[in-house]
Amino acid sequence: MKQIHLAAHFPGVNNTTVWSDPEAGSHIEFSSFTHLARTAERAKFDFFFLAEGLRLREHAGKIYDLDVVGRPDTFTVLAALAAVTDRLGLTGTINSTFNEPYEVARQFASLDHLSEGRAGWNVVTSWDAFTGENFRRGGYLPEEQRYQRAKLFLQTAFELFDSWGADDIAADKASGVFLRNARAGAFEHHDAQFDIAGRFNVPRGPQGRPVILQAGDSDEGREFAAATADAIFTRHGTLEAGQKFYADVKRRLPAYGREPHQLLVLPAATFVLGDTDAEAEELANVVRYQQVSGQTAIKFLEQVWNRDLSGYDPEGPLPEVEPAVGAEAVAKGRAQTRMYRDPVATVRQWRELAEAKNLSIRDLVVEVSGRQTFVGSPETVAEAINTYVQEDASDGFILVPHVTPGGLDPFADKVVPLLQERGVFRADYSGTTLREHLGIDR
Amino acid sequence: MVHLAVALEGAGWHPAAWREPDARPDELFRPRYWADLVLEAEHGLLDFVTIEDSLGAPRDGRTDRVDGRLDAVLIAARVAPLTRHIGFLPTAIATHTEPFHLSKAIATLDYVSTGRGGVRVRIASSADDAAHFGRREFPVPLPDLAEEAGDWVEVVRRLWDSWEDDAEIRDTATGRFIDRDKLHYIDFTGRFFSVKGPSITPRPPQGQPPVAVLSHVTEIHRLAARSADLVFLTPQDTDEARALGQEVRGLRADLLVFGDVVVFLDETEQAARDRKARLDDLAEFTSDALVFTGTPAQLADQLLAWRDAGLSGFRLRPGALPHDLSAITRGLVPELQQRGAFRREYEATTLRGLLGLERPANRYAGATR
Ligand SMILES: Cc1cc2nc3c(=O)[nH]c(=O)nc-3n(C[C@H](O)[C@H](O)[C@H](O)COP(=O)(O)O)c2cc1C
Repeated sequence: MKQIHLAAHFPGVNNTTVWSDPEAGSHIEFSSFTHLARTAERAKFDFFFLAEGLRLREHAGKIYDLDVVGRPDTFTVLAALAAVTDRLGLTGTINSTFNEPYEVARQFASLDHLSEGRAGWNVVTSWDAFTGENFRRGGYLPEEQRYQRAKLFLQTAFELFDSWGADDIAADKASGVFLRNARAGAFEHHDAQFDIAGRFNVPRGPQGRPVILQAGDSDEGREFAAATADAIFTRHGTLEAGQKFYADVKRRLPAYGREPHQLLVLPAATFVLGDTDAEAEELANVVRYQQVSGQTAIKFLEQVWNRDLSGYDPEGPLPEVEPAVGAEAVAKGRAQTRMYRDPVATVRQWRELAEAKNLSIRDLVVEVSGRQTFVGSPETVAEAINTYVQEDASDGFILVPHVTPGGLDPFADKVVPLLQERGVFRADYSGTTLREHLGIDR
Repeated sequence: MVHLAVALEGAGWHPAAWREPDARPDELFRPRYWADLVLEAEHGLLDFVTIEDSLGAPRDGRTDRVDGRLDAVLIAARVAPLTRHIGFLPTAIATHTEPFHLSKAIATLDYVSTGRGGVRVRIASSADDAAHFGRREFPVPLPDLAEEAGDWVEVVRRLWDSWEDDAEIRDTATGRFIDRDKLHYIDFTGRFFSVKGPSITPRPPQGQPPVAVLSHVTEIHRLAARSADLVFLTPQDTDEARALGQEVRGLRADLLVFGDVVVFLDETEQAARDRKARLDDLAEFTSDALVFTGTPAQLADQLLAWRDAGLSGFRLRPGALPHDLSAITRGLVPELQQRGAFRREYEATTLRGLLGLERPANRYAGATR
């Protein structure tokens, strides 16, 4: 039987996170991060996961104010979490466009040392000029170069990680030899994106390289993952879509001389637990409507219609107007809008769905966006997760709790023991590094 | 009362320090090593530690020196949750980094240390460092680098203020998580870069974490006066301490002025001299700052003379670690306490509090976006 991999996503800037819940705590105080990370470690999860966005989202020219807004710096919070955990992998999303490889490689190598081998990097490729306005170079990258830059960025970072051998430091007081290899750290790299040379100044970390995750769904993104990533973070959450995606990315591996187990498929997954399935369903319905307020539903439609719909009643029927195609995007700084590349077709589908099920605007948005992946009693959820993994819809999940920071606690207490009983999830860590937890080679 | 800080660098500031019997050169890249040092500094009630950093590496092919370092901001973040009182001023290099990234990194350091973060800003003038980024022609004249660093700090500071303290409202009635009128675009445009804002990270606990600059020349004194809360100076004697202090305070009256001193401390002056001579035999050591060898009591005399000449505090650079750090915390500190010149317990919970700095008002408060 396949072993399941589990990770904990810190709930953040998205409308999954229910900030209005009385249980919802701070999304920025360090104690919240400590809480989630310790829960994940208690449950023997593979890793803790942080998403990232480098500009506040905007909607119709104004900062989007309905979801949680604000997050800490990825590297800094992960390094601090290394102080309050021992085994849990610490993975962060770091963009390959708005950074330079020398600095990012230094930060990941440092994090790997400071966590004694637990660093992981989710490489993302957002490129837009909107986000670029926060950075020195401004305007940034043509979209079609985003994966070229990501590839070259990662390749360069690998060269830097590999520029030190594991034994390059002797630190021999008696002979006075600190450095066994005088060339340690030397590098030279020239390509279409980077023209750099010198000496990398962080010695090789315990894992050699951090674990690499990829998130991005285009054909190019999948090729990039097949070529270089250790795991792929995806949104394909249903059994059928998951199986299709799983087969697709694993099929791409042989072209790069890699085997199926070398690229793990880890979809994002949400969950709602109850004592019984019926109770969980009821609770899930409450959560969905907490996630999608009337205002949120209207803004969600505006992203796809790309026009002002503020005059519509969220409890009423879908707008009769057609989406504005080709106009400047209403929503900025959102990866999500990329899921609806053909708004006219999307609107047509949604109208049919609303008609068939007699859905208001808010009901429709709940239906198409707020759906929990796993809803049920702990037994039902454990069974479903195991089925997804055994039937090759995934190799595990990155769980996104909807409440900060205690949302994972019931999962850790009730579902994990059932997975352990079934022998499909570890009872304890057998290694100390993230690579060891994931079973991927150094 | 004086302020006391230590500057942490590898195995100590002397290039042969790593060969001392109590040195731990094989642990320089492990978190335990850094935690032990900072906990020792906190045991001595010091105001803060600085952590040296550089985006470059010497390319002289030597193999007898400590080589390699970890990112200073990450070291600070890794150790901060293990401590309760001491402040952290890791080094950040303004020349090649993004102020947007560093602003949120230091804000986050402030969150993970619950109000004890800060930053020491450095310029990188070498062509070797620039080659690691490959985007710019070097050398660049110092005044330009200083102006760029000043802009960098300006952006970092505006981003810290880009959220008002009470911007998060969680108003269920209107469904709004934040009051967006309390978030501000910083719209910085300068000679070297422009940045839009606001930050992605809310205003840090201290509002403005303290910023420090080490300065040897007038251009950098000016940068300190424009940008910093603290300046580290390197006087060689009391007269120079007085003159330098007056010079920078003439540029800005409320700047905290620290004297940097490299220290080799032992129970007798002879022992300190002998130890330094032994290290000098293994490797040549030169320094921009005064190199002091002697007893903690002698150092106390010197520091108090400099205080009387107008300095607010001292950043001591331990010649060898952990020896000279423990001599500071267990020798110098009690000596200063006996003379009524140093705290007997931590009197504040934030770094600004320890330094006697008020929590600043937000520059954007009350303004409309
Ligand atoms: C599951 C998933 C998670 C993502 N998380 C982030 C994120 O945290 N930060 C970010 O900037 N982009 C994130 N992205 C966006 C990708 O970087 C984006 O899709 C990329 O720019 C375009 O790649 P694509 O065209 O291959 O999808 C995520 C994408 C996916 C599929």
